[in-house]
Amino acid sequence: MKTKSNKFDGLKLINWENQESISFQKQYILISAVVLLITMVYLVRLWHLQVILGQSYRFQSENNRIRVEEIAAPRGIIFDRNGVPIVENRPAYHLVIIREDISDLEGTINELARLCERNPDEFFSIVEANKTTPKFVPLRLASDLDRDCLARIEAQRIRLPGVFIQLEPKREYKWNGTAAHLVGYLSEITEAELRSEKYQGYYSGEDIGKVGIESAFEKYLHGTRGGRQLEVDAAGRRVRVLEEELPIAGRNLWLTLDMDLQKTAEAQLEGKTGAIVAVDPTDGAVLAFACSPSYDQEKFIRGLTKDEWIVLSKDPSHPLLNRGSGAAYPPGSTYKPFVALAALQEGVINPTSTFTCPGYFQFADRSYRCWKEHGHGTIAVERALVESCDVFFYQTGFKLGVDRMAQCVTMFGLGERTGIGLQGEHPGLIPTSWWKKQATGIPWQKGETISISIGQGFDLVTPLQMAMGYAAISNNGNLWQPYVVKKIEGSSADEIDEVKPHLKRKIPIDQRWFDLVKKALAGVVERGTGHLIRDPLIPIAGKTGTAQVVHVAQGANRKLLEKLTKMKDKDHAWFIGYAPASDARICVAAIVEHGGHGASAAAPLVKNVIQAYLKDIHYDGQASD
Amino acid sequence: MDRRLIENFDWSIIWALLAIMCIGLLSIYSALYPQIQARPTNNLFIKQLIWLAIGFAVMCGSLFFNYQRLRTLSPWIYGLVLLLLVVVLAIGKEVHGSKRWLEIGGFQFQPSEFMKVIIAVQLAGYFSSQDITSFPGIKKLILPVGYVVLPVLVVLAEPDLGTAISLLAIATTMILFVGVRWKYLAILTLTVMPLIYPMWEHVLKPYQKRRVLILLSPDLDPLGAGYHIRQSKIAIGSGMLWGKGFLNGTQTKLHFLPEKHTDFIFSVWAEEWGFIGCVALILLFCLLIFLTLRVATRSRDRFGSLVVIGMSALILWQAFINIGMVIGLLPVVGITLPFVSYGGSSLITLCLAIGLIENVSMRRYVFQTR
Repeated sequence: MKTKSNKFDGLKLINWENQESISFQKQYILISAVVLLITMVYLVRLWHLQVILGQSYRFQSENNRIRVEEIAAPRGIIFDRNGVPIVENRPAYHLVIIREDISDLEGTINELARLCERNPDEFFSIVEANKTTPKFVPLRLASDLDRDCLARIEAQRIRLPGVFIQLEPKREYKWNGTAAHLVGYLSEITEAELRSEKYQGYYSGEDIGKVGIESAFEKYLHGTRGGRQLEVDAAGRRVRVLEEELPIAGRNLWLTLDMDLQKTAEAQLEGKTGAIVAVDPTDGAVLAFACSPSYDQEKFIRGLTKDEWIVLSKDPSHPLLNRGSGAAYPPGSTYKPFVALAALQEGVINPTSTFTCPGYFQFADRSYRCWKEHGHGTIAVERALVESCDVFFYQTGFKLGVDRMAQCVTMFGLGERTGIGLQGEHPGLIPTSWWKKQATGIPWQKGETISISIGQGFDLVTPLQMAMGYAAISNNGNLWQPYVVKKIEGSSADEIDEVKPHLKRKIPIDQRWFDLVKKALAGVVERGTGHLIRDPLIPIAGKTGTAQVVHVAQGANRKLLEKLTKMKDKDHAWFIGYAPASDARICVAAIVEHGGHGASAAAPLVKNVIQAYLKDIHYDGQASD
Repeated sequence: MDRRLIENFDWSIIWALLAIMCIGLLSIYSALYPQIQARPTNNLFIKQLIWLAIGFAVMCGSLFFNYQRLRTLSPWIYGLVLLLLVVVLAIGKEVHGSKRWLEIGGFQFQPSEFMKVIIAVQLAGYFSSQDITSFPGIKKLILPVGYVVLPVLVVLAEPDLGTAISLLAIATTMILFVGVRWKYLAILTLTVMPLIYPMWEHVLKPYQKRRVLILLSPDLDPLGAGYHIRQSKIAIGSGMLWGKGFLNGTQTKLHFLPEKHTDFIFSVWAEEWGFIGCVALILLFCLLIFLTLRVATRSRDRFGSLVVIGMSALILWQAFINIGMVIGLLPVVGITLPFVSYGGSSLITLCLAIGLIENVSMRRYVFQTR
């Protein structure tokens, strides 16, 4: 059987042999023709390159050489709302050598070190470290030369073949340290970042935004790097540019920030630790964002040494901390207006319901004290806010309960990230009974409701959250998302992206409760705890707050304690205010860490900022009745 | 051993091959001259000599079995290599952003190279089966197209455009050789053409478009592909009629030419040996291809012819695409010059291809009694 089929195959094959030599003949001819055609084309091309153009190519290969040079793209400029540049670029000059073009490397380096007034060993060690890189690759010996050194090298460069000055745009922080936490800083891209998806197309050695706006808007600010093919002569000097791909500059940002106001705000914090955040209550634009202490952004541009970094990161005052949105504090009494609104809306109290304040509130064997030792007597909600009565809010909060309170307060944006878009934003914390069970395993204790009613206990908020929350009170319940960049400019005039304000939510609370609380907040400055900052021209509304840092033992004498405690144990001072009281144009939150009383330590700062701003926009004092 | 086996061994192919390989060794020696001087005992030239030895061993090894056996073996080998390609994609070693290499016991190889040979054998086996005539119907073409598309997609994902193009070129040549009816070619053209524009506009991302455009016109990327081409042209052009002479090329010595010992080895030869050297090398390639085609025409059966056509196509297209891109007529894709460029996997594959061609040549007599 097998042999039979084999024979059959054989016969079949003979058949094919004859048939196919005919049927495939065309294909063989076709392939041969294609091969010959391509060969002819290639030979003609080679004749053209090597014989007709050969002489010119020979000349190029012998006398001229081609190099590739990169052109860094200038980063976008950051302006304030009035077009004042906050961050710009300046030219930086780097000293570069191409070893291949240098006949006497040692002599050249010694000469360069003399011109730069540096130790030659510094340069030799760079050369030594790059021993294995090809000799035609440019090597940077010194970065950011100063003017004198640059002039000396330029004057001698004609007799120093292979020595180049490389020009690169560098970041310049015009007001170094001003708005540093908002603007952020740059530093060199790390290996890990280079590999990440986000930084595709970046090169090693490039600077990228590390925090703040520089980081959040990196993709707009960065731009696209260009480069050029250069023809250079035997000494490496440029003969002509063969091809050039121009860099595309990064896009400019216009901030909502008002630089004058920012400086005023920072002046208020001089020598203190804390933050001032000013926003426009009509759309959520951030007008000033001051954190103290600040830091030197230029240091990051120059490149921080390891020691400098250790000093900066170990500094007990944490200069790198963004206290405006990246740190959370107990709100203290500034929390009370939110509790009042919650209680009024929920019907727990009405404008006329009263509690009696004997100076303390007794609950389960514990006495919770009011700041006023002898009490406020019989008191209703408006006066309780004006005089900041603790006992009133202990009782109100107690009746309201932790979860109903949280539900209403979080509508004002407390306990959630505002969405300003800066990295490291702190969400704060508004506790609920469910949260506590999850976080600690222990059920909610009734006594804790009493503490959180006056903004102590678990409550944590950021100054930015408080500014937005008070802005929402001032504009009758519009909670805006704060924004810092209002405009992104492109390379051409018509390429401008305006950023639209974003209303996060309309808070469903009756207008009459807003009116009542706003009246009380105006009363705080008019005749209450904030009367020190009363201004006859500009009616300011606001609330003082003093957030306890150390837990005050039951029954302790507070006044004595205050005298005894050291600076670092003093309370945080808060003031959040807006003005004009009836038609708010600016809302400012200020916290001074360990500042003591809100009325004396924080309120004046807010007043100064408000005055500076309203004076600027020519507020005539008549807008409010 | 049958005497006829030795009688029918085609020595002329070997002579042409040796001549091309000598040109390759001279060029690699020159391209790597600084390295060879620095490390006389441990350099890529020595490595290439070892690869050549292994290549010859593979070539000899591939003579000792009857190629007819491949007809039954090839589906298994094809499946195995395809599997290896997928494995490479999963766990392969990444070099310059593309995964092509598989490392086994400190020895690296590219499965995609071996796919070039096995795809040809697989297609030859398919097209030589009893029920396939020349100019087959559309139903008979679905399976072979599938054989090709699968590995091409995997290789494109590595990504390795050069190998994908080689695979397509080999397969297209073989399918056209068997014959494709004009009707199908027309339908294919008419369906693909209208799809190109919408694909370009809506499917490709901007950076992908840019890559395609750079491929077609390197001047758009003066710092990358444009730089390669310009340096390559200067190297070739400066060779002029007679060349600068062995080891006298300046473009290559001064590092102006990237990838000089692999993809751009032709420029090294052209700079030092001039137009005359280029003509010699190109004619040697033509000679090699015509000699292999002669084996195909004389083959005893259709399977043999088709295997040889596939192997010739492999050599032919790699050589022409590589030279075309180096002299600036074709876009720059990563394809090496057969037997000349440095590289182990590629050399072994090509030696295997020559071995198979000789295998067919040796067994070309129809009436064999065994």
